[in-house]
Amino acid sequence: MPDNYFAPYLPLLMHFLAACLLAAAIVALSAILGYRKPTRAKLSPYECGMTPLGDARERFSVKFYLVAMMFILFDVEAVFLYPWAVILRDLKMFGFWEMLVYIGIVLVGFVYIWKKGVLDWGPSRARGRG
Amino acid sequence: MSISTFVIVSVIKIVIALAVLLTSVAYSVWLERKVLGHIQNRWGPSYVGPFGLLQPLADGLKFIFKEDLTPPHVHKALYIAAPMLSVICAVSSIAVIPIGNWVDVAGLHIPLEITDVNIGLLVILGITSMGVYGVALAGWSSNNKYSLLGGLRASAQMVSYEISLGLSLIGVLIVSGSFSLRQIVDAQGGRFWGFVPRWNVFHGQEVAFFIYLMSAYAETNRVPFDLPEAETELVAGYHTEYSAMKFAMFFMAEYANMITVGCLATLLFLGGWHGPIVGPPLARVILPVFWFGLKVFGFMILYIWVRGTLPRFRYDQLMAFGWKFLFPLAVANLVVTALVVAVRA
Repeated sequence: MPDNYFAPYLPLLMHFLAACLLAAAIVALSAILGYRKPTRAKLSPYECGMTPLGDARERFSVKFYLVAMMFILFDVEAVFLYPWAVILRDLKMFGFWEMLVYIGIVLVGFVYIWKKGVLDWGPSRARGRG
Repeated sequence: MSISTFVIVSVIKIVIALAVLLTSVAYSVWLERKVLGHIQNRWGPSYVGPFGLLQPLADGLKFIFKEDLTPPHVHKALYIAAPMLSVICAVSSIAVIPIGNWVDVAGLHIPLEITDVNIGLLVILGITSMGVYGVALAGWSSNNKYSLLGGLRASAQMVSYEISLGLSLIGVLIVSGSFSLRQIVDAQGGRFWGFVPRWNVFHGQEVAFFIYLMSAYAETNRVPFDLPEAETELVAGYHTEYSAMKFAMFFMAEYANMITVGCLATLLFLGGWHGPIVGPPLARVILPVFWFGLKVFGFMILYIWVRGTLPRFRYDQLMAFGWKFLFPLAVANLVVTALVVAVRA
């Protein structure tokens, strides 16, 4: 291997480009070789044989946004924990207590969203209250 | 090793890896159909070739020659980009997965993986989490109500379980003290009391393995977490509007992701290429690869077995299981592991 810090990443980049090429080749192959015979029914949105009413650009549950926001919060927590986990052996008990404080703060937030009913999806009491 | 040799060796490894991966993907589909058939007291594919072994080839040809329909109501650029993104993310992540020890060919000392980066685990997590974009964009760009709902469900499910997945790996990181997949496997060599292998799953990470397994099933949208494509209510979920090879690409991505997840489980929890027999010098290259393949194969069989056995979750059960059970469990496992390691250190 050449003596450069970034050398191991060169094959990774090459592999990524190869994967892009593969994906593009598959799409192109199908577009070139597949036959084409569009009809009006074939080109309409598939709704199990019903005539579609309007398109899909409608409003959907706000819950999905909440999940996305919570994902960012808690995944950032996980990312913070990664470097700590690798060097915990050197940090010993000091590292453990420091991180316990951090996890404790995050858990307070977790209990809050749980009690707020953000995690309830079914027809539950929280939703009944509005 | 000069730069040109390095590039040539890398190209050879990439070609081999892609060929092996795509063949495995094709034959995982065959294996699944065959095993599911036998679970349901049927034969599964049996006409094309002996034991239906040529079925993947026939399916591939059929997919290529099918009509590749792009409906006028879709957002065209994203509609085409979504399946490509799925396949690229699914295929790229095998670049940093080591499948065995080093080999010496023609005076070159080569690791059995495309590249040996010291943050392999982070690279895999980064690439696989990009896979959510493929699903979300496919659902939105199709401009179809079923696709939109399927895509939303899939994205919410994947991001929810990604947290538990990420937290379950921290236990392994604490035990092994490295991001390098090769070092994580090397740390699992040897035995406890002479007979129990020193794999992480026997090294205090049983709970983490359970969480990883559950999250991995949800991440790959497999039964019992296959709500995004629940046929009975959402037709095909986010790929309802896709046809021909574009549809097949989502299929390929799903199976490639299953294989990646199996490889990762093997490397992190099941001791990678460490097996019961080391063997004579020549076998020291081949046997580890065999053990690795065997473990991944076992993982695939487990996937199929579960699909043939379990019913589907309800959506609120799915989200509750991920957030209210797996997440606290993962945090508890992480704290206990950290305490034990910190006290012993």
